[in-house]
Amino acid sequence: MTEIRYIKAVNQALWDAMEADPSVFLIGEDIGAAGGSFKATRDLLDRFGPERVYDTPISEAAIAGMAVGAALTGMRPVAEIMFMDFTTLTMDMLVNQAAKARSMFGGQGSVPMVLRTPHGGGLNAGPQHSQCLEAWFAHVPGLKVVCPANPADAYGLLRAAIDDPDPVIVVENKALYAMKGDLPDAPEARERIEIGKGRIVRPGHDATVVAYGAAVTMAEAAAANLAGEGIDVEVIDLRSLQPWDEGLVLESLSRTHNLVVAHEAVEAFGIGAEIAARMADIGFDELDGPITRVGAPFAPSPFGKTLEDAYRPNAERIEAALRRTLA
Amino acid sequence: MKLTELADLYRRMLLIRRAEERLQKLFADGQVPGFLHLSIGQEAVPVGVSSALSDRDTVSSNHRGHGHTLAKGVDLTGFFAEILGKATGLCKGRGGSMHVADLSKGMLGANGIVGAGLPITTGSALAHKMQRQGHVAAVYFGDGALAEGVLHECLNIAKLWSLPILFVCENNGWSEFSPTDRQLATNLEKLGKAFAMKYRSVDGNVIADVAAAAGKLVGPMRRYPAPAILECRTTRVRGHYEGDRQDYRDAGEIAALEARDPIRLAAEALAEAGAAPDLIAGIAAEVDAEIEAAAEAALAAPLPKSADILADVYTPAEV
Ligand SMILES: Cc1ncc(C[n+]2csc(CCOP(=O)(O)OP(=O)(O)O)c2C)c(N)n1
Ligand SMILES: [Mg+2]
Repeated sequence: MTEIRYIKAVNQALWDAMEADPSVFLIGEDIGAAGGSFKATRDLLDRFGPERVYDTPISEAAIAGMAVGAALTGMRPVAEIMFMDFTTLTMDMLVNQAAKARSMFGGQGSVPMVLRTPHGGGLNAGPQHSQCLEAWFAHVPGLKVVCPANPADAYGLLRAAIDDPDPVIVVENKALYAMKGDLPDAPEARERIEIGKGRIVRPGHDATVVAYGAAVTMAEAAAANLAGEGIDVEVIDLRSLQPWDEGLVLESLSRTHNLVVAHEAVEAFGIGAEIAARMADIGFDELDGPITRVGAPFAPSPFGKTLEDAYRPNAERIEAALRRTLA
Repeated sequence: MKLTELADLYRRMLLIRRAEERLQKLFADGQVPGFLHLSIGQEAVPVGVSSALSDRDTVSSNHRGHGHTLAKGVDLTGFFAEILGKATGLCKGRGGSMHVADLSKGMLGANGIVGAGLPITTGSALAHKMQRQGHVAAVYFGDGALAEGVLHECLNIAKLWSLPILFVCENNGWSEFSPTDRQLATNLEKLGKAFAMKYRSVDGNVIADVAAAAGKLVGPMRRYPAPAILECRTTRVRGHYEGDRQDYRDAGEIAALEARDPIRLAAEALAEAGAAPDLIAGIAAEVDAEIEAAAEAALAAPLPKSADILADVYTPAEV
């Protein structure tokens, strides 16, 4: 095992996937010579050359659309969109083209493309470089969405996404890029993580927190705090947002009877709303209290430090939500 | 052009014309669900361009895509069945007129989003270049798409990266109900110059001219990948969609269409090249029979089952 950072795990996944399959190639802005704005693609141009690593002009719609066309022509493109905020410029290609090609062409083929993009705040990057827009994509039939919360998952989910025959949006978290974790030294030992399956990060009896991305660590901290008071909280890392592991959440709820959903994205109309609505339906008889949600307030993500700190969810807010559910 | 070649191209054009005339009737009878954009008057463009392409070359198209699709050699019955929304359609009745595709023929889809075929085809051309098999990609788009931002992104990237792509603009002077000169402050020739791209303009209603220009532009691309633009001046005879009464067009323009009819021009060229009088009648009889059989089969085909609504949204997991 070697301890590596989240961003290096992304880099390693790209490296291993490109070694394994010559049809995998990378396309994005400043990903080649510069190694990517966050260095996710460092050294890949040197290793694989300019015919596998394409530095594009600032043309997000074309990046996403070219990935669709290349995928329909036998390749496995992995596109990078520098900040999730810029995926607004790729929407037609993802929503109207990538997501629908398989279904609308009657299953003749599929679009095996990946689009990697970082979301999230904590860098004082302001309203146009911090947003968590994953719910938009999870809302579109035909797309898959994953959101790794640690280095091992960043590796495993990206490998699975690249193998997947359908379009997958891999949402990374900027604030987690420096997070450290273990990855096996032998390439064969590095595992893929099945898309659609969540993971119990911490088992507990009294309440369940379902989280993903940066909120997972926040939920763990909240659980640790409450453990001191004898409240035993289970934390689930969803890992995959579309499809999401409904069975795992329901099973957990049927043991803990209390549910909180936490994410960094704006609370209203978010992933948490979907999970809460499903559990209020199929898990109604299991519930002992209200399902509560933790997310960002309904405002653009602000720039200044005091404002951004107040805006982002944290362990205290998850703790407060747990208390409300358990009250 | 040899007589046999010209006769073959004529046949392909007539197939598109007759297929669309049949669709026009079916639409009037209420048999075609949804919108129907006919390409009557534009048949020489896809037939000419396709004469330079193989099955392994890829094309993508727009909302007015019947000609592009048929010229790529897709199955005629599957085509009719798709437009009628039948389970036996090329896309199992999920796409319809604006989304017909046949990936086995390199037809990557008609498209309901103006300009969307451009980046898809540019990406397909990138794949061809990486695969080094000498295949090329061609994208059909209208003059209306010239105003879409993504067109400019694609011209730029195709040139920067020397991609084997033919940009085929069908300039019929109209974008829905608006004339091109109210939509565009420049023209495609100038855009081509701006991107230092090979550009040719042809009378898109003269099949020999389209075929010759397409052949000249596509041939070299196979060995030395590079983009090129083929602008085809052509004519939209019907309304933007079936049911459009076209009262925004003046009578003079409509009256002039007949003289530029690509089928008529091709028939005249055939006669000039020495075709026997019964050759054209023979082709027409064959095409009519083929269309009739395909349309009848499509009409008789079953509708998709509502239970299949979730099928093909995602690729099933391998078992
Ligand atoms: C992105 C987008 N905007 C608008 C429309 C509506 N629309 C459909 S066809 C069309 C005009 C297209 O004109 P042109 O590209 O010249 O093709 P033509 O119809 O003349 O063949 C418009 C505006 C659309 N389908 N997609
Ligand atoms: Mg037009």
